[in-house]
Amino acid sequence: MNLPSSTLLAQSILAGIFTGALYGLLGLGLSLSWGMLRQINLAHFALAFLGAYLTYQFSTSGGVDPLLTLLMIIPAFFVVGLAVHWVLTRFKITPFNSLLVTFGLTIIIEAVLQWIWTADYRRLESTYAEHKLQIATVYLPVPELITLGLGLGISLIAWQVLRRSDIGKAIRAAAEDAPIAAAFGINQQALGLLLSGINASLAGIAGVCIALSYTLAPSQIYSWIGVVFACVMLGGLGRPMGPIVAGFVIGISEAITMAVASPSWAPLVSFSLLIIVLLARPERIQA
Amino acid sequence: MTIDRRVFLAAMGAAGAGALAQRAAFAQPKGEPIRIGGTLALTGPLAATALVHKLTGEIYLEDLNKRGGLLGRPVEWVLKDDQSKPDVARTLYEQLITSDKVDLLIGPYATGNILSAMGVAQRYGKMLVHHTFGIPKLAKYDRQFSSWSFGPTPEVSTPNLVIDALASTPHLPKTVAIVTSKFPSVHFVSVGAREVFKKRGIKEVLFLEWDFGNRDFGPIAGRIKEAKPDFLWVGALGLEGNQLIDAMKKIDYAPRNQFYHYPAPGPMLRAPEANNALSVTIFESHPPFTDNPIAAKFVKTFAERAAKANLPDTAVDTQAAASFSAWQIIEAAVTANKSLDDKKLADWLRANKVDTIQGKLRFNGPGNFGDDLSRVKQVQDGKWLVVWPTDWAAPGAKIRVS
Repeated sequence: MNLPSSTLLAQSILAGIFTGALYGLLGLGLSLSWGMLRQINLAHFALAFLGAYLTYQFSTSGGVDPLLTLLMIIPAFFVVGLAVHWVLTRFKITPFNSLLVTFGLTIIIEAVLQWIWTADYRRLESTYAEHKLQIATVYLPVPELITLGLGLGISLIAWQVLRRSDIGKAIRAAAEDAPIAAAFGINQQALGLLLSGINASLAGIAGVCIALSYTLAPSQIYSWIGVVFACVMLGGLGRPMGPIVAGFVIGISEAITMAVASPSWAPLVSFSLLIIVLLARPERIQA
Repeated sequence: MTIDRRVFLAAMGAAGAGALAQRAAFAQPKGEPIRIGGTLALTGPLAATALVHKLTGEIYLEDLNKRGGLLGRPVEWVLKDDQSKPDVARTLYEQLITSDKVDLLIGPYATGNILSAMGVAQRYGKMLVHHTFGIPKLAKYDRQFSSWSFGPTPEVSTPNLVIDALASTPHLPKTVAIVTSKFPSVHFVSVGAREVFKKRGIKEVLFLEWDFGNRDFGPIAGRIKEAKPDFLWVGALGLEGNQLIDAMKKIDYAPRNQFYHYPAPGPMLRAPEANNALSVTIFESHPPFTDNPIAAKFVKTFAERAAKANLPDTAVDTQAAASFSAWQIIEAAVTANKSLDDKKLADWLRANKVDTIQGKLRFNGPGNFGDDLSRVKQVQDGKWLVVWPTDWAAPGAKIRVS
């Protein structure tokens, strides 16, 4: 086995960081939903792709800057999140059943995507894709830098809000012991709606990042599920910084594997990591 | 074996003229419709191509019924959605035979689904004509026929064809990097290409494989850049080719010469970095293919319907041509035998050649595959143009290699 050059290694690590940031951004909403609301929301991935397609549509047909589409996507997806949460709580869906219900929702959203945009590949041609920064011999593409910035920024904000603000403390209290939290005057239903709306908005933001960097096809929804779930479990449920840190670990380990060995081994490395961590620390999947 | 273009065009011209002349003479079809059953991946991950096959089938049947149908009877296509799933395809073919009681079968597309349909067809002794079966050695059933003319051993013939094309220029590469998806239909050809390049004296400087569904092509692009090959062979399926091109662009690298096995033709055309990229095809929407009146008419109608159906790519290429040819094969066999008997039709096909828009197909080789009629095409200034062999090249097009 030939050792990679420092340039290849550095570029690969950067690629891993960028990919990991998107894993983390996708995983954040999923982790909060699972950890705080006890809802395993598979539709999170479908919503992200809906966001990606809307970004594509607004930018391609309407000439809107892809980042400005966030102004429409965030509030619209917040409402979708409210609706999903209302349905799940109205019918008292258990965590396991939420997986099944949201899987059904994923299939419906995929069918809608295919109906509107067909199954053909769609690529957002944005001005961002034309730009990259160069530091010494390595390149930093602007769309990936945007994803990294959004992923890190939002994760840090979520962490601080949950840790320091009253509303964050209330959410954590309700997640830990809902009856006691309610006895202290915490409105669990309102907080659940708020958090679910935020989670759906996070999916929309991840969708914008997907549209900036990836070619779109409805069936691509499923290619992200395994690795993002791994990030969520590695990062710990309900921990806002967990998915992005785990995303970096998985992204970098996959990228280095691709650079020094066979790219086909990359998934083995990331999922082996997951198994090792879960065996060593099974409490990671407890909120 | 190659087919001389002039002979082919003369034959096809005659066949086309004959068909046109016959049309006026045909009466409207009467009686119980002949029902041809099949599935397509109308939903699911393979659905991007399904509409191409669906439009092609509709265009063909519309024309066939205008020409008097088959055996004087109208022809009806019983089409079901296999959802891109081989297990669903298997169930639906079972239904088509036992419940819908169709007269004939036409295949789905994509290797896994065809293989499922083939197993069912074999159990009931039905003939199966299919479109794009990627691994000829798996085609064991003697009443199955592929309309995709890439020969019984594409793992040898495809890389040889590409090297022949390169050798026709003053820039035969000295080194090659072979990177490939592990998707079965492309993987075995890439593995075969390693041997062929070695035999032809071209040194392999890199061989990489990735799992189908890989998202991060950055490190793969980095390794290609470091290997500095004269020629990059990419065993990519659909989107993967574009993903690799994007990744190479992000690190400011453009390979000197590049080949993509089964690219998504439209998206690749739209990527400026794919200019001069090579691939293989059995048909493109330009002369000399469109000198054949049947092909020309199909290309025109397909472009109109595809535009109406909001398809991003309205040109006829391998998928549509293989699909059209499948219908041509069924029509030829039924017309020649005046029968719908599966055994009779299959025996006739193995013993005879059929004129199709991609060329004259024979079915008497291993796995009922015949000649490899693949041609090398290249992205040139926003168009896919056949560049090799030269007698199939688009007017004025020459292979560009640096």
